[in-house]
Amino acid sequence: MDILLQQIINGLTTGSVYAVVALGYTMVYGVIQLINFAHGEVVMIGAMVAFAVIAALAGSALPPAVILLAGVLAAVPACMLLGYGLERIAYRPLRHAPRLAPLITAIGMSIILQHLALLIWGRNPIAFPQLIDNPSFAIGGAAISGVQITIILLSMVMMAGLSWFVYRTRFGIAIRATAENVHIAGLMGVNADRVIAATFVIGAALGAMAGVMVGTYYGIAHYTMGFILGLKAFSAAVLGGIGNIPGAMVGGLLLGLVEALGTGYIGEYTDLCRWPGAADGGWMGERCADGAHFVLFGSNYQDVFAFLMLILVLVLRPSGLLGERVSERA
Amino acid sequence: MTGAWSTKEKIGLACVALALIALPFVLAMAGTAWVRITNFAVLFILLSLGLNIVVGFAGLLDLGYVAFFAVGAYVYALLASPHFGLHLPFWLILPIGAAVAGLAGAVLGAPTLRLRGDYLAIVTLGFGEIVRIFMNNLSAPVNITNGPKGINLIDPFRIGDFSFSANSGALSGPIKYYYFLLLVLLAVIVINRRLQDSRIGRAWVAIREDEIAAKAAGINTRNIKLLAFAMGASFGGIAGGMFAAIQGFVSPESFILNESIMILAMVVLGGMGNIWGVIAGAVLLSFMPELLRYTVEPAQKALFGRMLVDPEVLRMLIFGLALVLTMRFRPAGLWPETRHRRELDADRK
Repeated sequence: MDILLQQIINGLTTGSVYAVVALGYTMVYGVIQLINFAHGEVVMIGAMVAFAVIAALAGSALPPAVILLAGVLAAVPACMLLGYGLERIAYRPLRHAPRLAPLITAIGMSIILQHLALLIWGRNPIAFPQLIDNPSFAIGGAAISGVQITIILLSMVMMAGLSWFVYRTRFGIAIRATAENVHIAGLMGVNADRVIAATFVIGAALGAMAGVMVGTYYGIAHYTMGFILGLKAFSAAVLGGIGNIPGAMVGGLLLGLVEALGTGYIGEYTDLCRWPGAADGGWMGERCADGAHFVLFGSNYQDVFAFLMLILVLVLRPSGLLGERVSERA
Repeated sequence: MTGAWSTKEKIGLACVALALIALPFVLAMAGTAWVRITNFAVLFILLSLGLNIVVGFAGLLDLGYVAFFAVGAYVYALLASPHFGLHLPFWLILPIGAAVAGLAGAVLGAPTLRLRGDYLAIVTLGFGEIVRIFMNNLSAPVNITNGPKGINLIDPFRIGDFSFSANSGALSGPIKYYYFLLLVLLAVIVINRRLQDSRIGRAWVAIREDEIAAKAAGINTRNIKLLAFAMGASFGGIAGGMFAAIQGFVSPESFILNESIMILAMVVLGGMGNIWGVIAGAVLLSFMPELLRYTVEPAQKALFGRMLVDPEVLRMLIFGLALVLTMRFRPAGLWPETRHRRELDADRK
């Protein structure tokens, strides 16, 4: 099996999910310069709602496609409502507060959402019922599953749809104008409140889809899944340049690839026994006898990559890959 | 703290001191468990005071503060347990732990100095996670942290033959620790007060209020910010060492993100920048779970005949709600610092 190709396929799959979630962060940030810390939890709620509906309908005689659709159709509006509620109740009253205030509120909301999910759905993960077979296709020595193809294609469609919406419609112009300058956009007749609420709602809808996709991919939904996913997606958004929509897409895919390749190869490259001069009479000779391994960092360090990448980007190029340099607020 | 104390103040201070000295014996009547709870409350006060330097004084939002607590705890655990067969005395390890944690704080601070507040928050959060992931996984190929199983049988504090864990007469182990913690707390409060009024403290406030202006006024913002990180972290390291000794056991599970958020909630709720407010916030939030346990459980059982909401979940919900409501209605905390209040009242733009 070709490990390189396989990891690229896996990376593209998780990367497209990161990209879709990252769009939620980046759109909100672009418009009101707020890190919507609770976005990861919105994704989690989306997955939980969808899985609860799917699990409830799994025993019925309905065709699997209808059941899946029902799950998605329950999750997306639920998250849109949640996104709107978040903006309306938690963030709007703080729009003119100092920077730290809405961020702390966001942390508070994310704790509340996580523990509400714990109250509603309990500590145990909800498993994705075996509805449809997940066929596997061989390409060039690697395997790609039906779920992976669906996730990648669906993400592409969503990203294309969002790009069309933001760059080709009237409301998209309003969003971009607000991102440029809220006050002047307001003078031009843009209803800033509506635009800001809309970015939350759109981000939440994308997040719900991402939640369903990632849950289906791993086969479970759990009340803690939003935290790490949100953090990685945020890293992806920063990587691409926060506030920049194409940047979030590129950043998400890139982060997915780096993570998959890193996880796939880190064990091999940090195996001291495979370092030249270490084994076979070298300084590691004894420990490496009989083809033993001495792996410094194994694949269990998977979650470290996103953070390291985030820190690296912020140090080397704080505005991200595609972002413009924005001057510090005076 | 400057100036002469009036007689009234002296009497008041003496009363507070007496009450604090008598407290463990009163609590011990209700059960030694309460003394232990109080000890953990004092630990959390120490942690919030440390975080207060970073968040309250210097205005740098740190969401991974628990990492320094963890560093201090692990330094103590590794140097005073059968895990490596090392048994150094505590008065040697605590400064080492503080130094290592302070260094970790500076290392984290260095790459993040140029970042704005919200980026900084996420990076520190990521840093906290990285530290936890390493603690969880550094058990192979060389066993350093013993992985998720944690390190057991950690030495208690010992001076000669006087051990802090054993009972000696009327003084039970937790009571001895209580007095030790109280002394450390007193020292930390004094240091904090002095810091706040010092040149450094005023430089922190200046950076918090307006970094560009602070720079223009001749403050070396880089060094001063690094100092805030390092000092805050070293307080966390000391608290961590004491935590390891009191608990006798450390594992990565004690250092999850929720702990960072809890400490942040204490600082924010009490009033960022105000030492007394932060202490009040820490006391309030660390006794809350116990109060919930004694009220929520029976109340639910009486009302519904069974447990509907786990007190632990309820506690986290209340923390979240406290953060949201504080920011909404009292953004400067329950007992705000005067200077801070002025800043938070001002319009952002």
